[in-house]
Amino acid sequence: MSEHQALRSILATDCGSTTTKAILIELIDGEYRLRVRGEAPTTVEAPYEDVTVGVLNAVREVEELSGRILLREGEIIRPQQGNEGVDAYVSTSSAGGGLQVMVVGLVRSMTAESAERAALGAGAIVMDVVALDDGRRDYERIERMRELRPDMILISGGTDGGEVRKVVEMAELVAAANPQARLGVDYELPVIFAGNEDAREPVTEALERATQLTVVENLRPSMEEENLGPARGEIQDLFLEHVMAQAPGYPKLMGWTDADIMPTPAAVGALIEAVAERDGINVVGVDIGGATTDVFSVFGSVFNRTVSANLGMSYSISNVLAEAGLDNILRWVAEHPDPRRLGNDIRNKMIRPTTIPQQLVGLMVEHGVAREALRLAFEQHRMLASELKGVQRQRDISDAFGAAGAETLVDMMALDLIVGSGGVLSHAPRRRQAALMMIDSFEPQGVTRLAVDSIFMMPQLGVLSTISERAATEVFYRDCLIPLGTCIAPVGTRRPGDPCVRLTVRGPEGGEEIEVPVGELKLIELEEDERAQVTVEPTRAFDAGEGPGRTVEAEVRGGVVGLIIDARGRPLALPEDDAERVAAIRRWERALEVYPREPVGEGADL
Amino acid sequence: MSEAATVTHGYTPGLRITDRALIRRLRRLPLPGEIHVAVGDEVRADRLVGSTQLPGNVVNVNVAHELSMTPEDVLDYIIVTEGDEVETRQIIAESKSFWGLFHTIARSPISGTIETISEITGQVLIRGAPIQVQIDAYIDGTVVEVHGNEAVMIETKAALAQGILGVGGEAHGSLRVLCEGPEQSCGAELIEGDCDGCILIGGGRVTLQALEAAREAGAVAVVTGAIDDRDLDSFVGEPLGVAITGQEELGLSLVLTEGFGDTPMRRRTFELLAERDGRRASVNGATQIRAGVIRPEVVVPEPGATWGAMDEGEMHGLAVGSPVRLIRPPTFGELAVIEELPEALTQIATEAKVRVARVRLERTGEVITVPRANMEIIEE
Repeated sequence: MSEHQALRSILATDCGSTTTKAILIELIDGEYRLRVRGEAPTTVEAPYEDVTVGVLNAVREVEELSGRILLREGEIIRPQQGNEGVDAYVSTSSAGGGLQVMVVGLVRSMTAESAERAALGAGAIVMDVVALDDGRRDYERIERMRELRPDMILISGGTDGGEVRKVVEMAELVAAANPQARLGVDYELPVIFAGNEDAREPVTEALERATQLTVVENLRPSMEEENLGPARGEIQDLFLEHVMAQAPGYPKLMGWTDADIMPTPAAVGALIEAVAERDGINVVGVDIGGATTDVFSVFGSVFNRTVSANLGMSYSISNVLAEAGLDNILRWVAEHPDPRRLGNDIRNKMIRPTTIPQQLVGLMVEHGVAREALRLAFEQHRMLASELKGVQRQRDISDAFGAAGAETLVDMMALDLIVGSGGVLSHAPRRRQAALMMIDSFEPQGVTRLAVDSIFMMPQLGVLSTISERAATEVFYRDCLIPLGTCIAPVGTRRPGDPCVRLTVRGPEGGEEIEVPVGELKLIELEEDERAQVTVEPTRAFDAGEGPGRTVEAEVRGGVVGLIIDARGRPLALPEDDAERVAAIRRWERALEVYPREPVGEGADL
Repeated sequence: MSEAATVTHGYTPGLRITDRALIRRLRRLPLPGEIHVAVGDEVRADRLVGSTQLPGNVVNVNVAHELSMTPEDVLDYIIVTEGDEVETRQIIAESKSFWGLFHTIARSPISGTIETISEITGQVLIRGAPIQVQIDAYIDGTVVEVHGNEAVMIETKAALAQGILGVGGEAHGSLRVLCEGPEQSCGAELIEGDCDGCILIGGGRVTLQALEAAREAGAVAVVTGAIDDRDLDSFVGEPLGVAITGQEELGLSLVLTEGFGDTPMRRRTFELLAERDGRRASVNGATQIRAGVIRPEVVVPEPGATWGAMDEGEMHGLAVGSPVRLIRPPTFGELAVIEELPEALTQIATEAKVRVARVRLERTGEVITVPRANMEIIEE
């Protein structure tokens, strides 16, 4: 269905691995707005084994909340007739573990990494990357391919006109492994070859008997160039044609939708890309879930996505503990919980993933875990979202002593907007908690806007944008994206208490001049929809975007939190002395009024 | 934004603890092979019901490299063909030059079968001897279905206690109760004498020393209420990052019925197992807390039982009068009964507005407010 004015109402669902979320969008007074949201458990697993059962349950909740009849005889009524039905229905899916891809390439940091980027960009979970230099022996690679049972395999390798023999060797390994597809017993595993064009014939010969092979353009035609589009597109086509078609209930669901079902992360990525393109800005988006954390970025119109498969707030919370360490989690907490009890509490959250913090200290600990999960996921993202490795570059003598790898594309000083999503950010009791978590883990530099997804509906809006860019954009800006405000963070380090930055803020309420010393946070009220002209004058040791000590003029936007001046320095370092650390954390929390001073509400006495 | 955005769902892991379950377990070979039983056969847990051979590991020999020639020339010097059986060190290619003065050879590093010979890459893939895989019945019961040459279904009437988290795979043996009650901690001092083939039933928190003593004494599994997270990490040998387990080779399976910390086994579970002291049972520690949840279990078959089994997966929602367990600090592990289920969202100490329940604590009689997400229904 193409975009047209006639769309009066749209139903969109996201079939997640545990919950199916449905939203109803209506054209109200000439504007598309979110009307209601409903949810129900996903029903891909036994005893239902039919995804449409969960979809219908979620839609029924939407019916009840909106008072609008959407279903008749177990199907979605279309088009809208009076107060019944909707004009369009779209859906995304990550149910049943999402799209699981195995990547095979030649050199881990070159063609294999390009292939990994293509798979991630298509919304896949990359189960493993097999490469000539991965340190494994052939039988170990074969065993791994067999045991993983991916949804599909993406083979890359060789620039056009380059290495053929090694590429064919890798294809022969895939054929020898004869891996079985994860879903469905009677169909051959889809394999995509996106490598050296000269290797197409021998690779086809090696693989066509054992697999369902598709050949697309080389995703790394030369060392200097990546061409990820064809491989990405093919992954998504195969996802629909083969993987989804094998999943329980999906053939029926595919018959209902007015646009192709998209993998959930691909839909979120599409939306982030659209935002960056529409406003001509650099954007980082993050979705921190129970099991995984996805990071998306667009810098200079180059899109990248990474998924940290075992960093999350419930199912993977113990892994955050294992990777970050208890000390790193607790450094964000001003209280001193008993470490033994805390370790047990975190493990109990893993095995009872839907529980929520009941006490303030429990909430603070979860926010500490979130900071570490976000920090680690962002570190992984910075490594993968990099310039192409293997490109010949002129180096000067300083490079010879530094890291030889390619530079990351993530330039925090050039970043315009950070969008946070996922339960711990979207549902934080105070929005300022989300703002501080994002600042602490991403460490934005210079002038950066912050926003959160109100109720996590970016996936639905991403797929909606394929049939109505206007509806997706209007709902995104009016109902989905909650502007938190702007963070101004000069880069540099000095002793706490030394001068850091002076600001002149001219807003709707008049002018204000403030000085913020090193080591402090300061909040200036600036409401949503308000803007202010700011003159930022850092001291000589600090850079606010124009170089050390140079003045920056900027127009900044407000939000539900306001204008946050972060003079704690970059890189952000917490005091090593415990008493000083606790005092600093308490000052920062008070400056932003992050937590209530006294516990409130029911159960506060516990 | 609608109110629906803030709705929370109560967590009911639905752990089954019942003395009347009809257990059916599919025993599937990784690849089709041979099934050794027929429908109607009575089997014991250790009876082999199927076997197959997995293709052996593949080793490649880069003949072009070894003979110092281009891949296209390799075919002229290979002296084996695809499908040939070869022995370790057997010559698979040789070249002679300068009238035989210089002789280079390539040998097979393993015994196996020549899988492929590639003239493009100049490499020979050799597949090693097949790997034998056997599966047993896992539980004492009856073969009720045979699925071709790939799987069988074993059925038994049994008492069943599901745990919340386990490690280690399948085991079978006889139950031996260690603790006097569900509250008693399970320390090494309780492991006495020969425990060969035993499934040890503890009560409260088990220590690392107790697990090591149990393994030393020949026990095959320990079932108890809880453990300290650090003890579990030491026992497994690495931090448990995600709750997907069952593949660990520990020599002793562990089933935790409640989780981490000082939490006693719920009384019903303890009594169900204690009443069956000495009986044959099967245990599986495999757990998956993700979509498609798998719980660890203890199955105690009831041979000759004539009762009708309760429906598997029968679940009840939260209701006034429901017995629940609180599963979040500061009241983790407390048992309670629901007194009231207010409809409206209620603000709790964190300022979050959530659905709550008013519950009466079994231990003190105090009535407190708890988020519905932080309780689990105790299924009877």
